[in-house]
Amino acid sequence: MSMTELRTPAIPRTPRLSKKNREALKSAIYHLFVAASCFIMLYPILWMIASSLKPTEDIWTTTASLIPRRPTLEHYINGWSGFGTITFSTFYKNSLFFATVATIASVASSACVAYAFAKIRFAGRGFWFSVMLLTLMLPGQVLMIPQYIVFSKLGWINSYLPLLVPRFFGNAFFIFLIVQFMRGLPDELDEAAEIDGCSKVGIFFKITLPLIQPALITAAIFSFYWTWEDFLGPLLYLQDPHLYTVSLAIRAYSDPSAGTNWGSVFAMSSLSLLPVFVIFVAFQRYLVEGISTTGLKG
Amino acid sequence: MSEIASIQPTSRRSRKKSTGVRQHNLVGYLFLSPWLIGFFLFTLLPIVASFWLAFTDYNIFSPPKWIGLANFQRMFFNDPRYWRSVRATFYYVFTAVPLRLVVALLIAMLLNTKRKLVSLYRAAYYAPSIIGGSVAVAVMWRQVWGGQNLGLINYILKALGLPYVNWLSNPRTAIWTLITLAAWQFGSPMLIFLAGLKQIPTELYEAAAIDGAGGWNRFVKITLPMLSPVIFFNLVMQMISGFLVFTQAYLVTGGRPLDSTLFYALYLYLRAFEVHEMGYGSAMAWVLLLVIAFFTALVFKSSSAWVYYESGGLGE
Repeated sequence: MSMTELRTPAIPRTPRLSKKNREALKSAIYHLFVAASCFIMLYPILWMIASSLKPTEDIWTTTASLIPRRPTLEHYINGWSGFGTITFSTFYKNSLFFATVATIASVASSACVAYAFAKIRFAGRGFWFSVMLLTLMLPGQVLMIPQYIVFSKLGWINSYLPLLVPRFFGNAFFIFLIVQFMRGLPDELDEAAEIDGCSKVGIFFKITLPLIQPALITAAIFSFYWTWEDFLGPLLYLQDPHLYTVSLAIRAYSDPSAGTNWGSVFAMSSLSLLPVFVIFVAFQRYLVEGISTTGLKG
Repeated sequence: MSEIASIQPTSRRSRKKSTGVRQHNLVGYLFLSPWLIGFFLFTLLPIVASFWLAFTDYNIFSPPKWIGLANFQRMFFNDPRYWRSVRATFYYVFTAVPLRLVVALLIAMLLNTKRKLVSLYRAAYYAPSIIGGSVAVAVMWRQVWGGQNLGLINYILKALGLPYVNWLSNPRTAIWTLITLAAWQFGSPMLIFLAGLKQIPTELYEAAAIDGAGGWNRFVKITLPMLSPVIFFNLVMQMISGFLVFTQAYLVTGGRPLDSTLFYALYLYLRAFEVHEMGYGSAMAWVLLLVIAFFTALVFKSSSAWVYYESGGLGE
C-alpha cells in the first residue's frame, strides 16, 4: 500500500486523505487481511469439530459448513465406547498416566543436570555440555533399533517401561532450556548462601529450584505435549489394545478397513486435542518465551 | 519430533579466570549423573550397537550374522524402493522446508507491529503447530484431501463448479498433501523469526527511509542480513526434522501411491519393524545420519557467505 497510490490525482473529486485517515485505512486493511488468513489457518480444525457435531448423513453433504444444522452429541457417546470392550476411558487413563509420569521424571532429572552445568564448576563440564548439545542433532532413527532390541530382550514389550524409564535420565532439550534460564540468575545469591555454610545440594533445593519455576513450567508443558502426541514410541512398544494411548486408539479407530464412522472419529480426535488447547490458552506466555529464547519446537 | 539448539552462545568462560576458583567435582558429577548414565545407556551404547548391526543380517529371533557390506550393496544397487524413498524424501525436504520458512517469515513480518489484537493473531497462527504432530490432525488432514470420501477440498471445488482431483491416489499430488501439512505448521519458526525481527533496531529503518529506500530495498538490505543468523538456525533445524518426518506420512498417505510418499524414516520403519530386517534398518539409519550430517555441514560451510554477524556474534 504505497502512499503515492492514495495521492493519485486521477479522481479529483476524492478529497485527499488526511494522515490520520490514511492510518485508519491501512489499519483496517491490515486487520481484514490478517483476520481472514487466521480464519483460513483455523478452518480445518473448526471443520473437524463442526463435523463431529453433525449427524452422520450431514457430514459429507453439508461438508464445508461450520455450523451444524442439527447439532448432536451422538458421535461423542458412540465414539467413547471405543472398540471391542475397551472404552476411551481406558485410553485416556493410559495417556494421562504416560504423560504425567514422563513429565515429572524428565523435568525433575533435567533440572538436576541443568544445575550441574549452570552452577557447579567441575572438570569436564565444557566437554559434557558440548556432547549434550550434539545429541540434540542426532536422528532418533539411529538409536531406535538397538533400543528396541534391548527392551524386547528384557521382556519390556507391551509395557510402559521402554517409554518411561529413559525419561528418568534427563532430556537434552529441557536441560538446555533450564541451563539458559539458570545462567540469567545472579550468582551472588548462591555465593551468599555458600558463605552461610549451605551445601550445593541445599542451594539447589532452597534457592535455585524456587527461582527457576518459569523454566520448569515451560519444560513441563512441552513434555506433556510431546508425550500426549507421541505416536512412534507407543506404536513400537504397545501392541495390546488395553495399553493403547489415545493416539494409538484414534489411529486404530480410523482404520479404513473397519468401516469407519467418521463422525465418531472426528469426535474422539477433537476431544483428544482438548487438553492441548486448554494448556495452550492457559500457558501461552510460557510457550512463546520457551520457543523464542531457545528454539524449542512445540 | 522436536529440536532445539543454541541461539545464544552457550559458554561463559570469563569467570574461570578469577583466582582461587574451587572445583566441585564430586557434587558436580552427582548432579550430572542422571544424564551421564542415560547418555551411556540410551545413546552411546545404541550408537555403537547400531553401527555394528549395520554390517549384519539380524531378524531379532536368531543371532545376528556378519555379512560385511552386503546391506549397503543391496541398498544402493538392488533395492529400487530404497531409491524411491530417497527421492520422495529429498522432494519433500526441498519443497516443504523452504515453503514453511517463507510463510513463517512473511507472517512474522506481518505480526511485527504494535497494533491491537496482534497477540491474538499470533496465537491463531501458532495453534495448528502445537497439535501438528498429533494423530488427530493427521486423521483430519486425510479427510480434508479425500480418503474414502470426496473430502473437504474437493467438496469446495465441486461447489465452485471446478474439476476436482483424487489428491491422495495420484502419485503426483499425494506428496503435496504432506507438503501443505508442513507449510500449515509454521508456528515455531515464525515465533523465532518474530523474536529476531524485534531485535533489529528501528533506527536502521528510519535512517533508510530518510535516504529514500523503498520497502523492498529495506527488506533486502536491512531485514534479511540482520535476520540471517535466525534464518540459518531455522534452516538447519527444519531441514533436519524434514529428513526425519514419519508420523504424518505414516498416517496420511502410508507411503502410497506407488511409493511416492514413502519417506526415508517410513521405509526404515517398515524394513526394521514390519519385516524385522534390523540389520538393513540399521544400515539405512547410518546412511541417514551421514546424509543429514553432510547437508548440515554444507549449510554451516555456506553460512560464512550469507550469515551476517554483528560484532560479538548473535544474541549477546
